[in-house]
Amino acid sequence: MKYMLMVYSDEAGMKSASKAQVDQTLAAYGAFMEALNKAGAAAGSNRLQGSQTATTVRVANGQTKVLDGPYAETKEQLGGYFIVDVPDLDAALSWAARCPGASHGIVEVRPIWTM
Amino acid sequence: MPDTVMQPPDARATAEAVARRSYGKLVAFLAARTKDVAGAEDALSDAFAAALVDWPAHGIPASPEAWLMAVARRKMIDAARRRRTGEDAAGQLRLMAEELEAAVASETDVPDNRLLLMFACAHPAIEPGIRAPLILQTILGFDAATIASAFLISPATMGQRLVRAKNKIKQAGIPFRVPERADLRERLDAVLEAIYAAFAEGWSDPAGTEARRRNLAEEGIWLGRLVASLLPDEPEALGLLALMLHAEARRGARRNAQGDYVPLADQDTTLWDTELIDEAEALLLRASRMGALGRYQLEAAVQSAHAVRRLTGAADWAAIERLYDALAALTGSPVVTINRAIAVAETRGPAAGLVALDALADDVRLSEYQPYWAARAGLLARTGQRDAADQAYERAIGLESDPAVRRFLQQRRTSIRS
Repeated sequence: MKYMLMVYSDEAGMKSASKAQVDQTLAAYGAFMEALNKAGAAAGSNRLQGSQTATTVRVANGQTKVLDGPYAETKEQLGGYFIVDVPDLDAALSWAARCPGASHGIVEVRPIWTM
Repeated sequence: MPDTVMQPPDARATAEAVARRSYGKLVAFLAARTKDVAGAEDALSDAFAAALVDWPAHGIPASPEAWLMAVARRKMIDAARRRRTGEDAAGQLRLMAEELEAAVASETDVPDNRLLLMFACAHPAIEPGIRAPLILQTILGFDAATIASAFLISPATMGQRLVRAKNKIKQAGIPFRVPERADLRERLDAVLEAIYAAFAEGWSDPAGTEARRRNLAEEGIWLGRLVASLLPDEPEALGLLALMLHAEARRGARRNAQGDYVPLADQDTTLWDTELIDEAEALLLRASRMGALGRYQLEAAVQSAHAVRRLTGAADWAAIERLYDALAALTGSPVVTINRAIAVAETRGPAAGLVALDALADDVRLSEYQPYWAARAGLLARTGQRDAADQAYERAIGLESDPAVRRFLQQRRTSIRS
């Protein structure tokens, strides 16, 4: 089964981190991705630009409304995702626990809808 | 006509007996690969319906369980075919069919995956409050209304929550597996809670007049033994088994020859099953040596303090009060508070017991909870507050579903009026 691991984290905290801390975090993500690849569980991933770059779009009554900002103004914002291909939820959950995002934020695990 | 043919009532009785004994086993096996618990239950209910038509006409098959499994498997494959959505599904379907075929052909006994199903139901991805009801439904085949009454939740709400939980097992891909050591204890709590709930439901039919319910107490003990044997180093698994055995040991003493309810304090201790009591005591001792006290060990110790009456002529009420103190601190359950108040009435008098019971007066759940009103009525009567006792007995009688207990409460109510 494929699952998306969505990494939510506190952007303000990331911005105030020192260079050494940022380097350490990036290295941790690099190692995590390497481990996913080696295990044959990786099925795609992306890091997103900060939520200050987000724009929301909604069409109501034929009118397109474009608004500055993310969908929800919460402290933790979606910062990226990994897609893993594993046998079951427990396997997805153990990858989520290894993801550095679980230590500095929250990882939401959702099964991918199969057509 | 072959001589194995039975009349419809026999076929129905056999189908029902197989249903009781095998329901969880068949669901666990049918759902293990697909994780589709609801689909397995639907297929199984079709298979039971087919049995009621087929068996009276053609006789009870040699292995009713294997027969039901074969029919249910076909129904599941048909259902999967109907909603087939891609090439992947077809491949998976073939695999499933082959696997089931092999299992059914190779042995008449269906492999027992019940423990695995229980752990899937008790997975942390399942909402905590629904884990125990889910186990009762999938392992023992309880309907939503019966489970709802045991858990003090409305049947409609219970039904919806059960459906949602089964959907989550399937869609989120929750595995059927005994968890790793690190997760075991946390998940075991939910499994034990469900087993105890099953036992308690069966226990509420002390006369054993309803076969289905009596069977639940036996199933509860059976599941308790299974878990205790698979996880012999888990003190709470041993504690739960000890608790259930202590209660079961008193089954024969809970009704007199006329079928009337006999409260624990008035039971003839020679009717208690000493073999079960000894087994319970040995389990409790083993558990206590593991140095991790918990709810079930404490509750089993309460039963042990009651069982002491067979040797000394009196229950150890001081110990019972202390144990309920510890339980109250651990669980904060209103039921524990009620039982503690009864113990306090024994150690410090009925007025002190009433004060302890008053702590619960504002809990809205109690307006529908018989034991609170029965305890309150008894204590009010003992303090000479006849009118208040009379009203409390009326509430208790109105909330009781067991006719024998109702008669007992009515007699008590009459005795304070005269």
